[in-house]
Amino acid sequence: MERNLALIALFAALIAALGLIPKFTLAFGVPITAQSMGVMLCGTVLGARRGALAVLLFLALVALGLPLLAGGRGGLGAFATPSVGFLIGFPVAAFVTGLIVERWRAGLASVAAVASLVGGVVVLYAFGVVGMSLMLDKSIPQAALLVTAFIPGDVIKAILAGLITAGLAKSRPSSVLSRG
Amino acid sequence: MISLTSPVETWAHRVPAGVKLAALSVTTVGLLALQSPGALALALAGVVGLTLTGGPSFARAAAHALKILLPFLLLIAVWHGVTGQIEAGMTVALRLLAALALANFVTMTTRLSDMVAVAAVLLAPFRRLGLSTRALELSVALVVRFTPSIARKGGLLAEAWRARSARRTGWQIIMPLAATALDDADHVAEALRARGGLETTEPTD
Repeated sequence: MERNLALIALFAALIAALGLIPKFTLAFGVPITAQSMGVMLCGTVLGARRGALAVLLFLALVALGLPLLAGGRGGLGAFATPSVGFLIGFPVAAFVTGLIVERWRAGLASVAAVASLVGGVVVLYAFGVVGMSLMLDKSIPQAALLVTAFIPGDVIKAILAGLITAGLAKSRPSSVLSRG
Repeated sequence: MISLTSPVETWAHRVPAGVKLAALSVTTVGLLALQSPGALALALAGVVGLTLTGGPSFARAAAHALKILLPFLLLIAVWHGVTGQIEAGMTVALRLLAALALANFVTMTTRLSDMVAVAAVLLAPFRRLGLSTRALELSVALVVRFTPSIARKGGLLAEAWRARSARRTGWQIIMPLAATALDDADHVAEALRARGGLETTEPTD
């Protein structure tokens, strides 16, 4: 019980910290924030339930007024921007990612990458696109068109999340609870 | 950790947080229902007026927080400029600005402790049902305590990377960062257990 609580809290803090540390640069020189990778890692490492709870905890603190989103954003205003759908999709993305890693017992690196891709890209973008279409008063295909530019970056993040999860499983074997 | 509450003390700081949050919810629903650009322009003017009551430096900080909408506003301008649906574009842009400015106003004028107090009131029904909210309160405190610590470790990892490599900091630092978070979690769990854990029964009120 204490361990679950500590893991959920520390991974919520990890998502926040990933938004605070300077952006890192991908091979093509595209700077990206690692925050959405934190959401994927919550699912792949903590599993469905704990991962989703960690993300919910993170969002609750954002809503309470802490500037924890990438770029120092936060507060209730974060839920009043066109990208609100992505925030609402975060916990669902972590849950789906975790569920896949828990159920699909194959090589961890590839399963975690595919799970991150399904949860952190497919599911997350479904929420994000619906949110954007509502907030900007555009049709779903039009809204989808607006976010396509960000998909390659998130696909790369999903693959990296798979590699990182496998690395964690090697260095802290008891900690990858999704396979516990 | 620095919260987004404005250090400039305004009259709105003294309004109970629950009242502000309720008003914000009702107004935001109202903004979503409004369809005419004229009415929305009026609403935005109202929010701007509200923000200006906080004084110039408060208003400047509030305006700065709206910058996040810039790419979206540009997009709307181009999109609706091309399609010629200027009125629809105005409606969307005004609604976005008014809703975000109002939400930011509430966040800027409400202390974190007041927000937490409202959250505690909202969670009271769960306590009544016998569920402990202690775990939640504890985890909120843990996140606030550990976010700067993990961010600092991330900074150190990035520095170590720069000291050894000519290339820019890569994604590779995230694995050790997540590992330190896992280690911290183990230590925290041990410390919690050593102090009686979560099972301690508190006096019910």
